Amino acid sequence: MRHFITLLKHELRVLLISPGTYIAAILFLIVMGFVFQDYLTESINASRKHSPGAEFIRSFWLPVFFIVPLLTMKSIAEERRTGTLETLMTTPVTPIEIVLSKFSAAYLYYICLWIMTFSFQVVLYYFAQDPKLIDPAPLIGGYTFIALSGFLFISIGIFSSSLTKNQLVAAILSFAMVFIIIIVGRNLTDWFNQNGNHPLLLRQIVEYLQIFQHAEDFTSGVVETRPVVFYLSGAAVLLTFSIFMIETRNSKN
Amino acid sequence: MENSNKTIEVTDLVKNYGRTSAVNGISFAVRKGEIVGFLGPNGAGKSTTMRILTGFMHATSGIVKICDIPVAAHPVAAKRKIGYMPENNPLPEELRVREYLKWRAKLKEIPFRKRRKRIEKALELCDLKRASHRIIGRLSKGYRQRVGIADAILSQPDIIIMDEPTIGLDPHQIVMIRDLIASLRGRMSMIISSHILPEIEMTCDRVIIINGGRIVAEGTPDSLRKDFIDTTVYQAEIQGDLTSLKENLAKLDDSLEITGNGNADTEGFSEIQIKGAANQNQSENILQHLTNIPNLRVRALNKHKPTLEEVFLAATKRSWDTLLPDTDPDESTFINQS
Repeated sequence: MRHFITLLKHELRVLLISPGTYIAAILFLIVMGFVFQDYLTESINASRKHSPGAEFIRSFWLPVFFIVPLLTMKSIAEERRTGTLETLMTTPVTPIEIVLSKFSAAYLYYICLWIMTFSFQVVLYYFAQDPKLIDPAPLIGGYTFIALSGFLFISIGIFSSSLTKNQLVAAILSFAMVFIIIIVGRNLTDWFNQNGNHPLLLRQIVEYLQIFQHAEDFTSGVVETRPVVFYLSGAAVLLTFSIFMIETRNSKN
Repeated sequence: MENSNKTIEVTDLVKNYGRTSAVNGISFAVRKGEIVGFLGPNGAGKSTTMRILTGFMHATSGIVKICDIPVAAHPVAAKRKIGYMPENNPLPEELRVREYLKWRAKLKEIPFRKRRKRIEKALELCDLKRASHRIIGRLSKGYRQRVGIADAILSQPDIIIMDEPTIGLDPHQIVMIRDLIASLRGRMSMIISSHILPEIEMTCDRVIIINGGRIVAEGTPDSLRKDFIDTTVYQAEIQGDLTSLKENLAKLDDSLEITGNGNADTEGFSEIQIKGAANQNQSENILQHLTNIPNLRVRALNKHKPTLEEVFLAATKRSWDTLLPDTDPDESTFINQS
């Protein structure tokens, strides 16, 4: 792991000097600002169970669908296409270090984007001065959920990027995978609940894919270890596959 | 130990892509400080061989040892010994030259105290001092190429492998690269592939010609000439009757063949080629003989030194002939086309 810091610093530097990073951040904040404002208006018109801050975190799927593929599609696919992966792989650097540095840089950026949305809550508190609007526990739980689920989502993106040298393919792949894991998991449970008599194993697997439920729990202040294990182990498996892909795919084509 | 002065040792290297084989049983060794040129038509397996040497690709079978370290078993240790510049020289567009070299120096595990010195040295050797603050994406092809070479020599490795280092350079820069390679001679072993054959001839101690994934010729440029060129060609400028010349030369040596278009220039001289047996110099005899022929004026006679290009063409052509019998017909036509 000797080169991890060097590689990560390089990744972050490239992120910081490219204008795309800032443009993406601004657009993200604009979109999320509208979402937040929407929840605020709704909470004025009809009183709701949760604070607008918690409701806002629950719409995590919207940014995840577009930000995760865009953020990660370049990471390995682009290096493979231009050939800089080859110059990198011929130094005493291991694929583990490469994948982990790519993942960490993307994850840090993703988390930074979300931390910036915390400013919405600050602005709301400053103007509203109403403790009912700001409930710290759901916010802490909500941002913990974002940080945890980020591990899985970003590693999905990194894995898709390691499969191909075409950025577009990588983006569509990671979008499809994120979509399946978020939406299909919930639909399957609904379906299982309507028609019983399914193998227990299948049910148990699907029970893990309750990302909406996890978001609900965390923003209600319920922090369980099962989702923690789910996100961390999922990320670990996908990153391991990415490492294998980097090692083996060089020998083809 | 016998092996101790061999920096690269390749034994029976095979690389298959699915059913097609890119490298088909290559064996060679490179001694310490030796500069070896890799020649071969496109798709001959040069780049694949180089990539396997650097540990970037895995071989299907065979053994590659870098300074007695097997690459397959200890890739990281072997990579420390190598400076590599790939084909097309990929570089990150957004960094400045010095930043890039600094990052590479860290990755190549150059100790902190030596880092600055090494970077300065590489910048100086590649004449990049003035461009060290420019952004790589905005550099011209020649500069980019030199950044790639600077990176390869940065850690002063035992072995430098460069895949077509002079591609896209202008003649001045080619001379510069040649001087650079010459200045490193003796200190590092080098493998260079190139399509510019005079370059290889001028810089390399030894040439390996690859075709269809096999080594078809190996040796110094001079020894290759001996092996592959079966005639010696003399060029002469004469004025006089060609048919009588043929009869006359047959008296000297009846194996001599004369070709020439007989188109005379304004002064009435025409150029002819005289082909004789290989590996002997008959210039003196021919000259004496020509001057003794009545009604024939000789203005010039010189022995044509076959270029490496001719050796290359002869070697790769001959290898196709030998490849044909032991491969099945479909595959051999594929090799021919590629």
